[in-house]
Order: sequence, then C-alpha cells, then structure tokens
Amino acid sequence: MTEQPIVESPAADLSAQYPDFLTPDSRPNFHGFVLAPERLLEFLKIARDELGYDYLSSVTGVDDYPEDRLEVVYHLYRTTGGPGLELKVFTGRQDPVVPSAVPLYPGADFQEREIWDMYGIHFSGHPDLRRILMWEGFAGFPMRKDWKEAYFEEEVKPFKNRWPGGRAVRVEDSNPFGNNVEYPAGFDPSQWTGESDDPVYDALRRSIIEEKSDLKTDQLIVNLGPQHPSTHGVFRMAVALDGETVIGLKPVMGYMHRNHEKIGERNTFLANMPFTDRLDYITSMSNNFGYALAVEKLMGIQPPERAEYIRVMMAELTRINSHLISTGFLLNDLGAFFTPVLYALEEREFILDIFEATAGSRMMCNYFRFGGLARDLPAGVFDEVKKFVTDRLPRKMEELETYLVKNEIIRARCEGVGVLTTEQAIGFSAAGPILRSSGVPYDVRRADPYSIYDRFAFDIPVRMNGDVYDRFLLRLDEIHQSIRILQQVVKQMPEGPIQTGKPQYTVRVPAGEAYGRVEGPKGELGFYVVSNGKQNPWRYHVRAPSFINLTGLAQMSLGQKVADVVIVLGSVDIVLGEVDR
Amino acid sequence: MSDELSSPGYDVPPEMQSHVTITRLDKIYNWSRRNSLWPMMFGLACCAIEMICTAASRYDFSRFGMEVMRPSPRQSDVMIVSGTVTKKMVPQIVRLYNQMPEPKYVIAMGACASGGGPFKEGYNVVSGVDKFVPVDVYIPGCPPTPQALLHGLITLQKKIDRESLSGVRWYQKAPIEPIPVPVLGPDLMDPRRYDQIFEYTHAPASPQPEGSAETPA
Repeated sequence: MTEQPIVESPAADLSAQYPDFLTPDSRPNFHGFVLAPERLLEFLKIARDELGYDYLSSVTGVDDYPEDRLEVVYHLYRTTGGPGLELKVFTGRQDPVVPSAVPLYPGADFQEREIWDMYGIHFSGHPDLRRILMWEGFAGFPMRKDWKEAYFEEEVKPFKNRWPGGRAVRVEDSNPFGNNVEYPAGFDPSQWTGESDDPVYDALRRSIIEEKSDLKTDQLIVNLGPQHPSTHGVFRMAVALDGETVIGLKPVMGYMHRNHEKIGERNTFLANMPFTDRLDYITSMSNNFGYALAVEKLMGIQPPERAEYIRVMMAELTRINSHLISTGFLLNDLGAFFTPVLYALEEREFILDIFEATAGSRMMCNYFRFGGLARDLPAGVFDEVKKFVTDRLPRKMEELETYLVKNEIIRARCEGVGVLTTEQAIGFSAAGPILRSSGVPYDVRRADPYSIYDRFAFDIPVRMNGDVYDRFLLRLDEIHQSIRILQQVVKQMPEGPIQTGKPQYTVRVPAGEAYGRVEGPKGELGFYVVSNGKQNPWRYHVRAPSFINLTGLAQMSLGQKVADVVIVLGSVDIVLGEVDR
Repeated sequence: MSDELSSPGYDVPPEMQSHVTITRLDKIYNWSRRNSLWPMMFGLACCAIEMICTAASRYDFSRFGMEVMRPSPRQSDVMIVSGTVTKKMVPQIVRLYNQMPEPKYVIAMGACASGGGPFKEGYNVVSGVDKFVPVDVYIPGCPPTPQALLHGLITLQKKIDRESLSGVRWYQKAPIEPIPVPVLGPDLMDPRRYDQIFEYTHAPASPQPEGSAETPA
C-alpha cells in the first residue's frame, strides 16, 4: 500500500473547479455530478489524467420512466485508494446516444454492451456494440421500465392473492402458449432467418490484427463451449486460430442470464437477499455483505459489534472457500484431473458445514439482514471455526503448497502465460486477484475500508508478473491473509446483539442512491441501488467482478496456444451466475 | 450377484448354487445398466457445484457406478440438468439430448430445471426443462443437497429396474425422432408450434393478454 495521504476532492470543489462540465446532482440523497453527453469524453480524460481517477469501477444505466430520461452512471476510483467520483449523463428515451468511454477506459467495453442490450442506449464510437446477454434479434430492451415480460403479473411484489377463492392461479395459464414467451404482432415465424452466429464471427474477424508474413496460413475459428468441460459453466469463447496460436477471441455469454436485475427491481429490498446468494453461488456470504452494505448506506444504519465480527468471519471463510475451489479447478484445467479438486473440496466441506449450521443451507446462505444478521451463531460453531482456522487449515494449506507451488509441470504451464500488464489490468477494470497479480495493490478492504476491516492487521498480497502462475500464487497468499484475519476475529469476537432495531420483512428505504462495494473473492463486488422511497428498489445493479474481469480475456489469450486459453480462463476464475446474472 | 437378481422362480439344486445362476434377461439387462449410469459432464448453474460435491469424496456417487462423467453426449446415459434453463441455452440442451444415444435419461436437478424456480418470471428463463425434453426424475431443492441428488439417482435406478425389454422405446420398430431444436427469434420459438405463433401474431386486434409487451397506460 502507498503511504502517501490520499487527497480528497470534496464534491463542492470539483463542480467549482470545472463549472463548464459539472453540475451537482441536486436530487436529495443523490450524489455525483451531471454532465452533458457531448462533454463526457473530454471530462473523463481530465478525470483520468489530471485527477487520477484511473479506475472505472462501474458503468450502468437507469431508466427514469415515466420521465423521458435515461441515465448512464459512471463510478470512478483511484487505484491509490480513497472515495470515488460519480458521474451521470442524461439522455432521452427516444434513440438515446452517449459517447463510448472505451477509448479511455477499455473496461467499459462489456458494460456498455450490456447497457445497449438492456436499455437500448447506443454508445457512439464503441468498437463492437452488439447484444451481450440476450441474442441478436430479441425483441425489446428488457430493463426498460415500460417493457413487460411474458410472465408479467404486477409491477411490484408482494403480489396480490394468488389463491383467490381458494383456487391457485398460475401465471402460465394466462399465457396463450402456456410458456414464458411473447411475440410481436405481425411476426411470421416461417420467415425468420435471424439468430445465427455470424455477428460473433464477423466481430471476431474484425478484431484480428493481420500480421504481414510471407508464409500464407489459413485461419480457423473454433468454438469452446457453451457445453465444454473446461469453461466452468455455460460460457463460450469463439477463438480464431492461426495454426495453434490464438489470434483473436470473443467471449459469448448470456447462456445463464436469468434476469437478476429485472427480478430484483420487482422484489422487495429484503427479498433480494436470497437472490444475491445465486449471483456468485460459491461466495454467497460475500454477496450478501455487499448488498447489505449498499442498502444500509441508504438507510443510514449500522449493525452491532458482534454482527460485524460474524460478518467478517463469514466473508473471510467464503474467500477461503472460493480460492480453494478456484485453485482446485485451475489444476483441473491444467490436466491434473480431479485429484487436486478432491483435496480442495475436502476443506470446503468443513466451511460448508459451518455455513449450514449457521445459516441453514450449504451454499445459499441468505444470512445477512439490513442492520445485522438473520440469527446468531448456534452453539458449537464458534469453536469449530476456531479449531478450523487455528489448527486444521494452516496445516492443510502447507500440504497443498508443498505439492503444488514448486511443481515443475505447473510452473512450465503457467509461468509467462496469459500476461496482463499493470496498465492493461487497470484499463480493463480488472478486479481482485487479477488486478493484484498485475502489480496493483488495490483491495477495497484497504482502499475504501468498510465494516470493521480497519481493525485487523493483514497484508494485501501483490504479485508483479500478471501471469497465470502469479494469479494462482496470489490466491494462496490471500488464503493465508484470510486465515490471519480469522484468527484475529476469533480472538476478539464480542458478545451482544446481532441486529440493530427490530428485524423487519419490509424495510422502507429512504429515496436516494447508494453504491456499496466489498472486496469479494473474485474482486470488487458493487451494488448500485436507487430507491424511490417505496418497498422495492427502483434500480438494482450488480457490478459483477467475474463479468468485468472477462474484458481482458481476449488480451490475455492473444498469442497463446489454444490449450492455454483454458488455463487462462481458469485463472480468471469466473462463476457464470455472476457473469450473466 | 444379489439374491434380488437371481430369483427367477426356478429352484437351483444346492450342489450347483455356487456355479449357476438363473435369471431373466430383463433383469440382467436392467441390472447392468442401472449400475453403470454415466452422467454427462454438463453443469448449468448453482446446482452444478452440488453435483461436483456429490462426485467428490464425501458423498462419492461412484458407489453407485456413476463416477464416469463423460464430457461428450455420445458416451453418456443420463443428463443431469443442473441449473436454470435459459432461452439462450435451451437449443444447446435439446441438441445435446438429441446427440445422446439411447437408452438415455434426464434428471431435472433443482427448482429451476424442474419448473423455473426463483427465476421463473425472468424474460430469459424457460419454466422447466420438461417443456422441451422428457424428464425421468425431478429433484426438488435450491440447490438440492448432495444427499438429495443421490436419492434422485437411486430413484432413477429404481425406475430402470421396472423397465422391460419389450416395452422400452429404443427397441420399438419405429425410429425415434429427434426433438426439434428450438429457435431463437424475437423470443424462443418451438418449431412444432409455428402455426400457433402465426395465428397469435396475426389475430385481428385481439385483446392483448396479460403480460404482453404493450406499454402500460
């Protein structure tokens, strides 16, 4: 970490400093600055080069229906730490156009494509603006508030009685097809010729930079996935090959897009908690943490001491769990089929037992509440955790490292493969282990401390080479740091209540916006929540680290052999639930 | 061999009992198939992680002859649909199902694969894989615990036990038609229902059903 003091720019200062560009967002409880679309790029350049906001954390859209206004919201941070800068661009609902930030921040690439897909905002100057989660040809922009899905029942939950007069009413009965489908009037299916993979391949061919060579070689396009043993789920990569060398790569996703955000905007605030479990389903506790923080920020409440400690304990156990899985499956991708995974899963089962005893479910914990936790630790669990983190886990880690770290084959396969330089990593908005293994000591737990992380002594591991091997080592380093935090947690764990105020099913959240972020195992996990004062979030957006980390995948894979693409993807450690949401 | 297998209703003389077993062809056929079910290595979502845990040492479904997970549909006997079936993915799932050789079975693991689960209302979610492929066993849970998955697999074994060579579909005279692969149009389209779609979209100013894409007043 850098020791230099972080210079904060108070909000009033910036708009006074740049009155031509910025006007503060004047709505109560809203932050940041509004600027005109045509001045966006100019100011982003100033923000990046002069103000030092080099890290574009999140870009997202907001629909202000029924007002004729769509917003694009940018969250910028400095990789040296400190509070962020929030920028907003307003545009109309009819043919909205906003300049693309990709030339300045390449990390905006997929996020802008997602906004185009979901809100229909066109980003001028974007190199490859196609739908990303839905398919080309899908009718409508689903996240717009006036777009209704086939199974639409009511605007918001809780719904009215689904058993009027004692008879169950099922939503499929009101649909003429008895299924979740809807077609525009006048559409003739026999004339349909769309939905081919050509746009993907065209984009792939365009992205190839031809090298002049005397030797004439044929290019070959190979699809890895969506059903492929190495893609960690339903993820697809269209790869252009010259011989065995990768010369172009386009990730294709959305095979598990389950409309998290659309459903989330209909749910009540609390009802979204179990849905966050299913984002990155390996790290449900961390996801709970991020969402709880964002809503607590809006509500202005703080959980009690004991709850904070239990939260940190669960989040760190989750990190260990996730990194174990990631390490095990990277070995799987390397060809050490399933044996290392068995060792990783053995330790994971201990953690899952702790989760199951505490929260009631192995994977989908749904344990955090706004202002506290669902329930206290049951008897015996605390001692289990204590034994696990002071005795068993450190020994097991030593064992794991003896076998793996200096292994000749692992080093030969991983060193120098899939390199992302420091500048590239920041530019692509990579987060978590990807960013830190490229030499950037950026960890939200230190850069913008939340909860009680400022009380613990721990280091932010950094590696300098940015290759697959460094990412692998960095995850092992992080497990050690998590063990360190956990050992302090079990020493300091206070007694006391676990919930501020009364536990409530329907919380009323004051109108406003909040961006809560935590350092999840995969990287910076952000929740952008806009409330209009009702029971349901008006806008609920997830800054998914797995999704944004994939922006750099093509860069990492260029020039590698096709077999190495598999381990490069393994080292990025994606979980499809979070990529596609 | 178990007693269950060699009880055809004939008495084997005591001196031959250690050498000879009499059974029915159905029984030995089902017995050999039920104990070597090869699942396809095919994970969709959260449930896939529990499926991996079931394969790992603690729950270990190789005890039931299922440890050979095949990444290729051509070599697998059972497709465990482990997770949310989305509209974008369902053409691939149907294609994989068509590529599996008979005899083949489908297990819908978890709430999503069985009926859409918590994501049912989503615009990209198919409410259950049984809208397109026939399902043999449904396993409830979100996600089902490894124990529940094991129970589902044992239930499938019991189902196989009840099958008879004369009745199974892969020994019938008529060839088995592959399931038409759904098409991604403005929304998911089942090729078998094109006429119905055409009728619906060309209906003269019919009152739009609830849940249509119209703009609310």
